[in-house]
Amino acid sequence: MFSLRALTLTMVLAGLATTAAGDVPRPEVKAYKGETCVEETGFMRRNHMELILHQRDETMHRGIRTTKHSLKECIECHADPQTRSVLGENGFCQSCHSYAAVSIDCFSCHTPKAREQSAAVEKRP
Amino acid sequence: MSVSRRRFLAAGATAAGAAALAPGLRLVDLATARSPEEAASSLNRWGLLIDADKCADGCRACVDACHTENGVSGHDRPETDPQWIRTVSVSDPQTGHSQQLPVMCQHCEEPPCVDVCPTGASFRRDDGIVLVDKHICIGCRYCMMACPYKARSFIHEQVTDQKPDMPRGKGTVESCTLCVHRVDRGDTQTACAEACAKEGHRAILFGDLNDADSEISRELKAHGGIQLRADLHLNTGVRYRGLS
Repeated sequence: MFSLRALTLTMVLAGLATTAAGDVPRPEVKAYKGETCVEETGFMRRNHMELILHQRDETMHRGIRTTKHSLKECIECHADPQTRSVLGENGFCQSCHSYAAVSIDCFSCHTPKAREQSAAVEKRP
Repeated sequence: MSVSRRRFLAAGATAAGAAALAPGLRLVDLATARSPEEAASSLNRWGLLIDADKCADGCRACVDACHTENGVSGHDRPETDPQWIRTVSVSDPQTGHSQQLPVMCQHCEEPPCVDVCPTGASFRRDDGIVLVDKHICIGCRYCMMACPYKARSFIHEQVTDQKPDMPRGKGTVESCTLCVHRVDRGDTQTACAEACAKEGHRAILFGDLNDADSEISRELKAHGGIQLRADLHLNTGVRYRGLS
């Protein structure tokens, strides 16, 4: 019994050692455009879903279309310039969500693609 | 009871908004575009005035423009393909007179689709635009059965290549949004009205029914307009003229 516990402990410690050594695969997330996000990176990693959920209701029900926390603007900045999309192997959203095994519902309705270049310059007068 | 109270308050708010301090000077300017952080307000009520006399037989410019603007596409299956706006031909068997008119969501003040929606997905915005919140639509289609104008469609199949301004997805109901993304941007034309004017027909006029100075209000005041199925007392935001 004792030996089994010792063995388990050794395995856990070994596991920690490898984590510290950086052997755990990390997602390669490319952010593409811009130096900084609309909020601090750590905050965005933990809370981006709350921000876009809040903005979703504001836009849908009250017609408030500020760009700071809008999904459309997330896509504009973070789309892969090759595919113009946030999905796909190098896609900003998908690469991290696949790693974390969290499915994204947004793109069953919203387009994952950034606007065409000509449309992107069209702004509110 | 609640309706008459609501109407009373809305009428009061409109009157207060339109109150002029001096000629040409208002307390609240109804016609100016909102800023992006400003919510849609009941000071506006968006609507359309459709002149069936000006609608050209066989012309589908409004339908095509709407579907292009909003990325609405079908699978060549007319029974189930979505249609946000359609042309309807009516004829009088006695006189043989026939005419065409476009029909879309009528943006009712008392929308039956909102009454029957079990989740609150079907709703009326403060400025009178009736919408489906697809985030909470469960696809039950009660609203489609309740709508007397057959204005709503169900998305039966997976959708790709949506427009950034108009998310669309399988299993939800959709209909004319009165080009809400354009309204919020401050545009003065819907895609259908724009296309109709481009064709030179000018059968569709978009504007603010609450603004007495808007073209649509002036036209309605001068020449009147009818509601489709006025007997249902829904107070539609879309009005028609030239139907005989």
